[in-house]
This record gives sequence, C-alpha cells and structure tokens, in this order.
Amino acid sequence: MATLIETNDLSITFGGHTAVDSVSISVPEKHFKSIIGPNGAGKTTFFNLLSGQLAPTKGKVFYRGNDITHFSPTKRTREGIGRSFQITNVFPNLTVLENVRLAVQSQAGIRYQMLFHYKKYRHFEEKAIDWLRLVLLDEKKDSLASNLAHGEKRKLEIAMLLALETEVLLLDEPTAGMSLEEVPAILEVIKRIKNQGNRTIILIEHKMDMILDLSDSVMVLFNGRLLADGSPEEIMKNETVQSAYLGGHYE
Amino acid sequence: MNKFADKRPAIIFLLFILLLFLLPFVYESRNLLILLTQIFIFSIFAMSYDLLIGFTGIVSFGHAMYFGLGSYSIGIFMKRFEPDMTYFLWAVLTTIALTAIVSFIVGLLTLRLKSHFYAMLTMSLAGLFLVLAEKWRTLTFGNDGFTFRVPELFIDRTNFYLLCLIGMAAVFFGLRRFVNSPLGRVLQAIRENEQRTASLGFQVLHYKIAASVVSGVLAGIAGILYAISLRYVNTSVFSMDITLDALLMTIIGGVGTLAGPIIGAGIIEFAHDWLTGLAKEHWIFERWIIFFGIIYILVVMFFPQGIVGTLRKIAWKRKKKSYPVKSEQKAAG
Repeated sequence: MATLIETNDLSITFGGHTAVDSVSISVPEKHFKSIIGPNGAGKTTFFNLLSGQLAPTKGKVFYRGNDITHFSPTKRTREGIGRSFQITNVFPNLTVLENVRLAVQSQAGIRYQMLFHYKKYRHFEEKAIDWLRLVLLDEKKDSLASNLAHGEKRKLEIAMLLALETEVLLLDEPTAGMSLEEVPAILEVIKRIKNQGNRTIILIEHKMDMILDLSDSVMVLFNGRLLADGSPEEIMKNETVQSAYLGGHYE
Repeated sequence: MNKFADKRPAIIFLLFILLLFLLPFVYESRNLLILLTQIFIFSIFAMSYDLLIGFTGIVSFGHAMYFGLGSYSIGIFMKRFEPDMTYFLWAVLTTIALTAIVSFIVGLLTLRLKSHFYAMLTMSLAGLFLVLAEKWRTLTFGNDGFTFRVPELFIDRTNFYLLCLIGMAAVFFGLRRFVNSPLGRVLQAIRENEQRTASLGFQVLHYKIAASVVSGVLAGIAGILYAISLRYVNTSVFSMDITLDALLMTIIGGVGTLAGPIIGAGIIEFAHDWLTGLAKEHWIFERWIIFFGIIYILVVMFFPQGIVGTLRKIAWKRKKKSYPVKSEQKAAG
C-alpha cells in the first residue's frame, strides 16, 4: 500500500535536551499505528512535529510524498492531517454543538462568508449533531463546553477531530483522565472509525492492553528514540521493549 | 417558539429605535436631543470596539486613532472645500480608505504581538497620530483645532439626530449579522482558543485582520459623526480618553454583546451629563471622572460580564432550572 506519512531522521532539541531523536517511520494508507512509551519518551512532541505545532530541528516530514516539514498546523489540517490534544483543548465558552459546528464549517470550506447568517447553513448543525451522536454526546449539545465533565470534553475533542474528516487522525491519549466506565465508549468510537476503513489513524496510548488488538502496528519511543516498530505480537515479544517498559533502565 | 426567542432582542431593539425616532416630533428639548445624538455616536464607536475586544479577543488601546482619522477627514474636507453633500461623501470615502489601510496594517501586527504587547503598540500608534495632528499645523491647525461649517442638511439638529439614530441601528444590525455569520463565529472561536482554531484549519491572522478592518472603519464613521455634531475638531479626538470611553462603555454594558455597548454608552453619557449638572451643588461633582472610576471598579469586581452579560446569565440559569422539570414530565408521561 502507498505510504501516506513518512518521517525522515526527525529530531527536535530544546536547549540541550533532545526530545525526539532521529525518528524515521513510514505509515501506509488506512493503517492503524499506535505509539507507546513511558512518560517523557517524546510521544506528544513527536505528534506536535507531525501536526505542525512544533518545527523540527532536523529531519523532514512527508505527506503523500510531499515535504510538509514547514507547513503550519492550519495548512496541514487542510491537507488532511487532523489531531486531537492530550490536554483538553476545546472552546470553553461556546456550546458543545458550536464547537463541533465550527469544525464542520471548516471541513466544508466555508471560511470567509460574512454576509449570511450562520443558521443558513443549517445542515452544518445537523452534521455536527450526527458527530455528537457518534461519541454519545448529543444530549449535551446545548451546554457550554466548560460545563462538561472531563471525560465528556475528551469525547467532544474527538467529535471535533472526526468532523474535520481528515485522511489522517492523530489521537493523543484519547482516554487520558477518563473514568474507567467511560473508556469502553471511546474505544467503541475508535473501533467504529477503524472499521469504516477509510482513515489512517495514529494513536498515543498508555493502556497497552487496550490498543494491542486494535493496532496494525506499534512503535515504541524511549528517551526520544525509536526503540522498536512492528506488529503487536513482535512488540510484546521484544526484550528491549520489555526492559524499557518494565525496568525502565534501558540505556 | 424557539425561532421567536431568537428574534426577540431584535424586535425589542426595533421598537426602541422606533420610539427614539418619534421622540423629536413629540418632545422638543434641544439638550436631550444633543445628548441622545452623542449617545448614538458613541454607541457606534463602542460597538466597533466590542467587535475587537468582546468578539475576537483582541485588546486594543488605540481605538481612538480611527475615530480621530474620521473626525479630521470630515473637518478638513469641510474647511478646505465647500461644506456640501458632495464633499461630505468624499470625506466619508477618505475615512473608509484611511481607516481600512491603517487597521489592515495594525491587524497584521497581531501576527507577532499578543495581548498586552499588542495593546501597548496600538496605544503608541494612537499617540503617533496625536503628535501628527499637533505638528502638522498647516492641515490641522495644531492643538487648538478648528471650527468648520457643516452641510445644510446637518445644521438642523433633528435631521442630524435622525441620521445618527439610523446609523446606530444600521451598525447594530450589520454587526449582528456579521458576528453571526460563519466568519463571525470563527472570530468568537479565536477569542476562546486561538491555537485550536488554527488546528481546525482556519487562518487565524486573516480573521483578525477582517475584524480589525471592520472595526476600524466603523470607528472612523463614528468619528465623522462626532466631529459634525461639534462642528469643531481638535487633537483630543486622538487622545486616550476616547479609547477609555469606549472601553468603559463596553465593559459596563457587557463585553461580547452588541446591546451592551449601546446601553453602556447611554449610561456613561447620561451619568456624565447628570454629574456635571450636580457640580453646582458640590465641587466634587466637577471631578465626575472619580465616580466613573469607582463604578468601573465595582462593575469589574461584581459584574465582570457587564449589564447585558449578567442579565443573560440570569435568564440562562432560569431556563436551565425549568429544563429538567420538563424532561421529568416527559419521563412520567
């Protein structure tokens, strides 16, 4: 299958600290890749490099064979790389519906229309409600995002990402900080998207057991370096991964 | 019913406009007319300011520069050329062009400068215009300013009152449509979370410039009307006081609403008039600005959302209280 996202020798240094150290991966189309690694391994930093929040010190990012290393986050979203954030990142004083509606509006390419009332685009709202239904949040559509519980904000975050309908979904710990009862619902959503089979998904997750059966491949980051990259079975058997995860003294 | 609730503020506003429209024909008080005219003008100015601070979240301390550009444009056109409608229109076009260019450039600067840095920059830019108006004596007659004649149509106070009223209504409805358009909705998203707006695929800078230009041009129009109402212009139109007036009106009335700045302008102008009137009773009222300071502190402490914002919150809470009752009934039925 054709390669969709590729990184080449990707590195970023903050002061003297190299957070991501020459990571080269390639993700084929419609692939489900998980990134695991202990805290501070550089997983989110790596994501920020993929989505454009940070610019690498060295190396390149390719999307569909084009160099997108210097694209802004806005441009990357339009190209087809959408992301969700680990730290909840929504519009707090807008309603839940409006949060998603903005994403739908962006997806539809209505960006500078200033003469018509937004209600003219009623189908945006209907579409937004569909997305909210998918993440089981449609009953909360009229409350302000700031009044949601943490788990609900995470769901909203995912709905906003889905509404962008990007080719690539970068999910940064979608279940972080959720109560245990809420996790299955989110997993269900992710499974459903995967089963639709038209998206490429890259996921950061701590809960290894939960992603193993979902993932096509797993990559392990440790101290910014790519430790291993392979099928879930290979990763489970890999000894360096085990020591990195269990012992934490790999060096 | 939902649709009606949506339109209700607009209907109330229209009735209010209609009443004000009839006022000069039934009640003849020159002073009240002039005061109301002043309120309309500052309403336009404060609404344009609220578009920046309340809807887009851009804090500007230099809004007076657009106001002053408008005032000087009309003044110079009326003084240099004939005070007739043709030159009035020319002055309006010049104002729109000048304010659009300046606000475009100032909007561009939001790219690099955030929050208080931007506020300081706009403040110093307004200061630059103030100095320019002081020093370019051949054109502006320096600090003392100059008087000018206005087109015949505006000499009559009632006519001018109606013009300003219509102007305010037009700006209100125009901005209402603007902030509720898809573009306006993105502005509010930027206020809430700029980074997130960018990762949804919106070019944040383009939106900030759009808001800046619309706001700047409207402030320029307010400046024109202000100068016509005084038939006089001097460097005070570029001063910090003008920006502070807009800030005060917006905060007291309610940031992020359009009715707020109008109510704020009404309160400030009436209070100003009333307090200076009291100066005969006691000397402290000559320093009316002290009272504004106190009011301002109290508002920020107890009603940070202003009058309209607080009212809205109360209404919202009440609606929310009645909501669960309804769903319970449904469950029972």
